[in-house]
Formats: sequence, structure tokens, C-alpha cells
Amino acid sequence: MKLRILATAAALAIIGASAVVAADEPQVVRAQMMKKVGGAMGALSGIAKGEKPYDADVVKTSLTTMSEVAKAFPEQFPAGSETGHDTEASPKIWEQTDDFKAKAAKFGSDVDAVLANLPADQAGVGAALGTIGPNCGGCHEVYRVKK
Amino acid sequence: MGFKKIIGGIVVLGAIGAGAFLFITAPQRLPAETWAAAGAPDLANGERIFHAGGCVSCHAAPGAADDQKLVLAGGMALKSPFGTFHAPNISPDETAGIGAWTLAEFGDAMKRGTGRNGEHLYPSFPYASYSRMTVKDINDLYGYLKTLPKSGNVAPGHELPFPFNIRLALGGWKFLYLNEAPRVDLANADETVKHGQYLVEGPGHCGECHTPRDVLGGLKTDQWLAGGPNPEGEGRIPDITPAEGGFGSWSAGDIANYLETGFTPDFDSVGGSMVSVQKNMAQLPKEDRDAIAAYLKAIPAR
Repeated sequence: MKLRILATAAALAIIGASAVVAADEPQVVRAQMMKKVGGAMGALSGIAKGEKPYDADVVKTSLTTMSEVAKAFPEQFPAGSETGHDTEASPKIWEQTDDFKAKAAKFGSDVDAVLANLPADQAGVGAALGTIGPNCGGCHEVYRVKK
Repeated sequence: MGFKKIIGGIVVLGAIGAGAFLFITAPQRLPAETWAAAGAPDLANGERIFHAGGCVSCHAAPGAADDQKLVLAGGMALKSPFGTFHAPNISPDETAGIGAWTLAEFGDAMKRGTGRNGEHLYPSFPYASYSRMTVKDINDLYGYLKTLPKSGNVAPGHELPFPFNIRLALGGWKFLYLNEAPRVDLANADETVKHGQYLVEGPGHCGECHTPRDVLGGLKTDQWLAGGPNPEGEGRIPDITPAEGGFGSWSAGDIANYLETGFTPDFDSVGGSMVSVQKNMAQLPKEDRDAIAAYLKAIPAR
């Protein structure tokens, strides 16, 4: 009985350890970053559509998340991370790195401009998404490959 | 002597067979009266069809900025297992573009894949979908195209290896794959679904990418809109039928919203060649996006 508990604990520890290892891989880190941006986009979109009430804190937090990711994201593509962990990164990221980084920088500056002049109501959030949103498709058009 | 006769007979039969093939598969033109009553084009409807058809996605110059996309100068390369196609100039320029074409010539290209000089066009130009379009929409679209800026650009020719560079063989392809029949049978569909069917199967030509192809490049219509490997390169084209565990979990509202905003229900964004398509779809009236969504919920899951 004790042995079985020990064995289970050991097995769980191994699963946990490998999960930790996987979570450190750039392919996983950058996918998580994109999910965070998606979550932030969802929160802002809910307000813009009137499904959720306007909340200045939510708006600010969501935009801050986007801003942080925009700055850290281009650093998550070291050599050797081109494949693996179901990455949807296009090889073009490593072929046209300057353009890829420029697109991330534009996303960041568009978000920062909105942060500096925080939207004060539902319509303002909608207008902000009109500026920020096209950055998503603009980059995914070239640099993401759906598997 | 007998041997020579047999050979001679085979040659004659072969010539008759080849002649019959060429006769049956010769480039077709629609009867002149098809276009006779078309009348003055409705330019607003023409613009709507222009966006539904997504003409700019292939015919604008590669990398053209948003305000330059209405210059349909051509030149975009479309890779395929058969070689690389280059979209031609379809701006109203009289020499480099199609400005000197008659409505009938434009209509024959759209509905029968027949070029101005009576040649077969390659189905990279999706006439196997456009064949379903109405005469009115083609007339309105052509009227609208004539209002766009001219370009003198001459696009490169297609880069196709033998045997795909033989245009005569396209007659056989058309014999197999070019028709005006509905892609799916939706007998009891309401008007919205029927309108969506027209947009998706006709001008929208969604099936040209979202339906897998056989070895001859014809659509596997029993796998209508079921997706498959991307013929242009890496990745996959998604299944957009109401399949369980996939696209089936999207509501009609989710689909219409995606076509309008470019965001999926969980706020992933549009990507790849769909980015340009979605920008075109965003220009349509809301009722058109709703109709497309209703149709995609009505077709069989694959």
C-alpha cells in the first residue's frame, strides 16, 4: 500500500518535472504569450461589444498584458526552436527576422499609444481595437502556419 | 500488307478519337443572347460581388498597400503541385488589362474558363466555381471593374512543366470538373441558406482552398469544405464543415463575427492567406456574412 502511494507520488513527480521542462521551452512560452494576448483581446472585445460593462481596470490590465508580450515576444525564437512542441511558427520568422521584429514593434507601439490615452468608454475601447486588432492578422498572415 | 492495314486502321481510329476529344472538349462560348438583356450594370452590386469574389487577393500587385489594392495589376504567384501560376492584369487597361473585352468575353472567361482568343484558361482562375454565378452579377461585376484604375503592368506567364503546359488538355479537365450543379443538396433550405450557398459555392469560391483535390487537381466533392494539406506549402487548410470537435463548435454568430473581425471565438486571429479573404468578407453587408454562416452550419459534417 505504502509502496503504491510512493510509486504514484514518484510518477506524478516525473510528470510534473517534464511539464516544467516543457513549459520552459521557447515554443511553449511563446504560445502561452499569444494565449495571454488572446485573453486580453477577449476582455476588451467584450467591453467593445457591450457584453461586459466598461471597467477601466480591465482595460488597463489587458492593454498592459499586450504591451508586455509585444516587447518580450520577438525574443522567444532562438535558433533551435524552429520546430517541436506543435509550434505554428513559420520558417519565415528566421528568414525575415527584421520584418518580423518590426511587426511586433508596431503592435507594441499601437498598444502603448492607447495605454497613454486610456479609452474612457465602450466606444473608445472599440476604436482602440480597430487600431490594435489588425496587427494580429497582419503578423499571422506571414509568420504563423496553422497545422 | 495486312499488317500495314491494321496499323493504318489504328492511326485512323486514333485520329478520329483525338478529333472527337477535341470536338467535345473545345473551349466553349455561351450563346450571344445570354448577355443581350443584361442592361446597364448596377455598380453597387458589382462592388459587393467584387468583395465576395475576393478579386484583389490574387489580382492586386503583390504587397500592394490597402489603398493600392484596387489596382488589379496582377503578378501574384500561386504555387501548386502542377507549377506556379501568375495572376494576370485584369485592370481596365485596354492593352495590358481587360478594358477592351466585351461583356460576353468576360462572361465566357468567368463561366466557361474560355479566354478572349478562344483558348482554355487554367482553373487556377476559379471558373469552376464562378460557373454558378448569375448573368446579372457578372454584368454588374464587369461594370464595377471598369471603374477601377488602369495599370500597364504585364504579369509574367505561368511557369508549368510538361504536360501541364498543354492548354488543350484542359478541355479534358473541364469535361470532368466544370459544371453549374450545386455542391451539396440543400433542398429544404431557407432563403438565407440558399443565399449563403450561392456566395460560398459561386463567387466566394471557398471550396477552391477548403476542399481537398484529387491527383488531376479536381475537387473531391464528397469531401466538400473538409479541408486538407495546403497545396501552396506548409500547414493545413481547415475543415469548415460542422464537424464535431472542430468547426462544428462555432455558432453561426461566431462564423459571421470571424468573417467581420478576423477573430475566432477564443480570440485567436485569422492567419495565412485567409487574412486577405477575411478583409474582403469584412466589406460585405452583414446579411451576406450571416448567410455564409447559415450555409456553413447547414452542410454535412465531414
